[in-house]
Amino acid sequence: MYSYDYLWLIPFFPLLGAIINGFLGKKIKSEKVIGGLGTLAIAGSFAVSCFYFFQLLNDPQKVHQQVIGSWMSVGRLQVDWGFLLDPLSALMILIVSGVGSLIHLYSIGYMHGEEGFYRFFSYLNLFCFSMLMLVLGNNALVMFIGWEGVGLCSYLLIGYYFHKKSAGDAAKKAFVVNRVGDFGFLLGLFLLFWTLGSDHGVWTLNFVEIAANAHLLGAGSAVVTIVTLCFFIGATGKSAQIPLYTWLPDAMEGPTPVSALIHAATMVTAGVYMIGRMNVLFFMAPSTMMVVAIVGAATALFAATIGLAQNDIKRVLAYSTVSQLGYMFLAMGVGAFTAGIFHLMTHAFFKACLFLGSGSVIHAMHHGLHHAHSHDDPQDMRNMGGLRKKMPITYITFLVSAIAIAGIPGFSAFFSKDEILWFAFASPQGSPWLWAVGACAAGLTAFYMFRLVHMTFHGAQRTAAKARDHIHESPLVITIPLMVLGLLAVVGGYVGIPHVIGNALGHIPNYLDNFLHPVFGATQAQAHGAASTEVSLMVVSVALAVIGILLASWMYLWQPELPGKFVANFKGAYRTIHNKWYVDEIYDAMFINPTKRLGTFLWKGFDVQVIDGIVNGTGKVINAFSKGLRFTQSGFVHNYAMTMVVGMVVIVAFFLFR
Amino acid sequence: MSPTVYHYLTLSAILFSMGTIGVLTRRNAIVIFMCIELMLNAVNLSFIALSRHLGNLDGQIFVFFVMAVAAAEAAVGLALMITFFRNRESIEVDDINLLKW
Amino acid sequence: MENLAQIAMQDVNFGAIMPSLVLVCFGMALLLVTVFSPRGKTTHVAYLSILALVVTGIVSLATWTPAGSLVGNWQEGFGGSVRLDNFATFFNIVFLIAAGLTILMSDDYLKREEYPIGEYYPLILFTTAGAMWMASGTDLMTIFLGLEVLSISLYVLAGFFRRQERSNEAGLKYFLLGAFSTGFLLYGIALIYGVTGTTKVALIGEILANNPSLLTNTMTLAGMGLMSIGFLFKIAAAPFHMWTPDVYQGAPTPITAFMSAGPKAAAFAAFLRVFVIGLAGLQDQWTSLLWILAVLTMIVGNVVAIYQTNLKRMLAYSSIAHAGYALVGMVAANAIGLSGILFYMLAYTFMNLGAFAILVLAGKKGEDNLTLDGFAGFGFKRPFLGVAMSIFLLSLMGIPPTAGFTAKFYIFAGAVEAGYIWLAIIGVLNSAVSLYYYLRVMVYMYFRDPAEDYGWVKMHAGAVLSIVVAIIGVFYLGIIPGAVMEFAKLAIF
Repeated sequence: MYSYDYLWLIPFFPLLGAIINGFLGKKIKSEKVIGGLGTLAIAGSFAVSCFYFFQLLNDPQKVHQQVIGSWMSVGRLQVDWGFLLDPLSALMILIVSGVGSLIHLYSIGYMHGEEGFYRFFSYLNLFCFSMLMLVLGNNALVMFIGWEGVGLCSYLLIGYYFHKKSAGDAAKKAFVVNRVGDFGFLLGLFLLFWTLGSDHGVWTLNFVEIAANAHLLGAGSAVVTIVTLCFFIGATGKSAQIPLYTWLPDAMEGPTPVSALIHAATMVTAGVYMIGRMNVLFFMAPSTMMVVAIVGAATALFAATIGLAQNDIKRVLAYSTVSQLGYMFLAMGVGAFTAGIFHLMTHAFFKACLFLGSGSVIHAMHHGLHHAHSHDDPQDMRNMGGLRKKMPITYITFLVSAIAIAGIPGFSAFFSKDEILWFAFASPQGSPWLWAVGACAAGLTAFYMFRLVHMTFHGAQRTAAKARDHIHESPLVITIPLMVLGLLAVVGGYVGIPHVIGNALGHIPNYLDNFLHPVFGATQAQAHGAASTEVSLMVVSVALAVIGILLASWMYLWQPELPGKFVANFKGAYRTIHNKWYVDEIYDAMFINPTKRLGTFLWKGFDVQVIDGIVNGTGKVINAFSKGLRFTQSGFVHNYAMTMVVGMVVIVAFFLFR
Repeated sequence: MSPTVYHYLTLSAILFSMGTIGVLTRRNAIVIFMCIELMLNAVNLSFIALSRHLGNLDGQIFVFFVMAVAAAEAAVGLALMITFFRNRESIEVDDINLLKW
Repeated sequence: MENLAQIAMQDVNFGAIMPSLVLVCFGMALLLVTVFSPRGKTTHVAYLSILALVVTGIVSLATWTPAGSLVGNWQEGFGGSVRLDNFATFFNIVFLIAAGLTILMSDDYLKREEYPIGEYYPLILFTTAGAMWMASGTDLMTIFLGLEVLSISLYVLAGFFRRQERSNEAGLKYFLLGAFSTGFLLYGIALIYGVTGTTKVALIGEILANNPSLLTNTMTLAGMGLMSIGFLFKIAAAPFHMWTPDVYQGAPTPITAFMSAGPKAAAFAAFLRVFVIGLAGLQDQWTSLLWILAVLTMIVGNVVAIYQTNLKRMLAYSSIAHAGYALVGMVAANAIGLSGILFYMLAYTFMNLGAFAILVLAGKKGEDNLTLDGFAGFGFKRPFLGVAMSIFLLSLMGIPPTAGFTAKFYIFAGAVEAGYIWLAIIGVLNSAVSLYYYLRVMVYMYFRDPAEDYGWVKMHAGAVLSIVVAIIGVFYLGIIPGAVMEFAKLAIF
């Protein structure tokens, strides 16, 4: 028998770290102590996570719940403070705490000397706590706490450089857009809770019970479709999918470790995780699955096109993240839950590495430009170039991750991406079109990633000459996480070798598939197709990736004048892409301005003009006719009294005549 | 023809409406307050008429409460108006418009 | 003569009004104390009134019956016009907490604003006593009396700063409109009395149930409509909310805080008792009205709050919106919804009074700086207050794991269970809108460069204590609400 009594320690450590750093950080002052404490806290939960992960590997029983206490009891509904450990959450806590530890370590170096160092670590710990609650919660409400908590921390961290107005705006945008999504989540929850309860007598929010009773709703029924669609809206908000993705690129205003941890590796994947958690429900709603797949594929392609024309190094990575998240949703949508989670994992490795690498570059650039008293943008790739020699470790890890994301065989993303593409093609919900979109996006990904690599690390040095000499490799505390993540970006994929390759190499099993089987076994789609088809599709997508890389090298390395000509010839197209297809502007015009106007109208228009207008206006009209009549000259008390009387009349009339 | 309870109730309703209209139309805070008193007394009339009609005392007891409360209200209300007058040298409700929107 | 004798013979059970009796006695004693105290010395009065509240709390809790409100072992007195059941006790505790937090934050505030006048505290005690009569009144007469005691004391408190024009104006506006609404309430009571021949709430319910023909009687329906106005005015439901922002903005800040919690809860208590018990037969009618008013109230409160720049005024609109959420529970009118209202009142007391306590501390003399701009960078300069304010704002938004979330959850769960799923959805939508203006305060506190060093903010023990208590309350109700919710369930009818 195995015991799982200390699961609560996993979220507890970061919470403790957040509290200590938050309240005592200002007194502690020493960056080493604060950073060490923060890192230790999350490393502690990593250790516990590892312990439970391996215990679960050996344990024949794969689903465990630990209930700490009762939270709310509403009628027949009992909501507990409870945790759920199954292969899915075990994998997630490992990713969150593992990548989290590395990024905490990295932050010690990156945030060195920043004002409010303790604040940063406190928020970061708080984020890890929320994220771990999100993945460990055994019911939808505990998950919702985490869901809200990560949103809040993301908001606080995006706005970390609060003196920059853009940072504050970006933070607010992220929070508000996320809330639009949250709302879908809550609605779905209400609806699920209500229909399961009132129609089928199962009042529950517990995931295990929901999964066990989901069949009562009836596969393909309207309720399931609506519920899952609501959940999916929630997922699009948190995971930056069309149409709610606009906050993520702006979120790059936050410090780079934050972008790596929250906006690449963990929080933005919460939507994918949530769909995985609710896989039984989604399995029963094929129409929703189709929507998920189409939105995912469209996002993958759409974001990749925007990534082609960005010059800010972090923005390219941001759009790349949106695009990769699109892949994960594509996987979920075609029923390849394992593949989606697999890509989530590999993406966490290589994207975190890419972001941290870009952070290392920005750090160095900033340092160099600072010495040269230059006001060039340290994040603009047009000011970089030829950094390979200056920053060898950063360069190598970055290159490795870029190769991985491009999908070159042997590297992690190759395995996960090709599994997704294969399912997109061959699963019952898949279609060749989905595959084609995904493969195109893969080609574009390879192109813009190598555009990034070339503009940053290869070619001529475009940095101002004075600054150039001051650019040097980052300290170990920054490069160690890079190396670990770079290594993982290479080997991380070998836990999930596709069957077709595994068979060819002599019966290597797909470990991840087997591990996640208890969660997804019943709902996972089966891909039908010949091994030869799978191999040829693989070849095509790899070929597309290679073409993308070569094209990028040709344009940005061998013929550097080409992009300029290209832009000059296709001005309109370039500008559209560069301006992100004008989506922000369209949203402003369509939703935000009308809402603002409605608010102003109700405030000024309704309160002031309509109410005052009716009373004042009538008063003035009568006044105009006869000055002697001070009959309805109204001050404000009159307005209020008048409204009350009108309300009274309406209410009494309502009762009498209804 | 001796007046029945309905006559009293009608009279009370008329008085109440007059009070309401007075509140809505007069400008002087004291007059407004007098109109409110008129409303309360209209209600008192209803209470007494109904009490007699129904043959129980509850309504009349209620009237005592209303009268006591109205007296207390008048004391507080007039005090508030005096402090307002001291600051503004006016008791017109149209001048009570510092706080708005 | 026979009738008089009957009245005299009726059982006068002082046990039924013991909490308010204690409070009123303390209040009157304190009035005497202030007469014999030196000018400008009020701190001891504040302490004594806290003592009064604690004693009253103990007396109140002693009457709690674990068996629930339905079982008849409550204290009843004055011919059945007062009944101290669990429902009343629960609300009494809410009032006491509200009054206690208010008094804690008042002492230094009064000195800063240069109104160290001792009568302030007894007035709060009298208000609380009035609220208690509203909650425990089972006769429309008692409820009316409670409402008036509460209102008259509040008129004085709202206009307490007698040389300050804003405060004058708040007091006068509140007085005029409050008295006006009382007229409607009374007229409604008179009509109901005319139909049923009684003012006892339970008896009204029985008579209406036994004579279904009365349910469609014009006088009954008009009476119900007029009576509801009195209560809707006090809970600041649209369209009877218009006094709220002005009065809340003009009144002394602690009084604003108190008004948004105590009297509002009292009005809900009386509203619930009269409508759920007395007018149970007309439930279809009044729920359909309240459905509309709840939606209207939520929308008006939230939408207008968006454009406020004065924080007191913004919180006033927010309190309108919160009244709308609580009304949702009344529309549901089932066990979860009703106990949800009780829970909501308690939760709202903690979070709103906490937020106001911070405004009390952050204000300069005259309080012209309680605007959004006045809070720029506040979170950095005053970390504790910034964090506390953020907690209260998050709770007001309804973000877990705070009291605001659990409270809204209960209310909306009640609405969903009763089949009002659209109402719940509108409620959730509204709380999403509310995010915008609450969040903006946080944005100013944390994402703007500090405009000032906030050197005038002095961490006074009383106010800090009230903030700490409020934080504990917010988290306690957010993380382990089970126990309190059980109490609330035992407290409803």
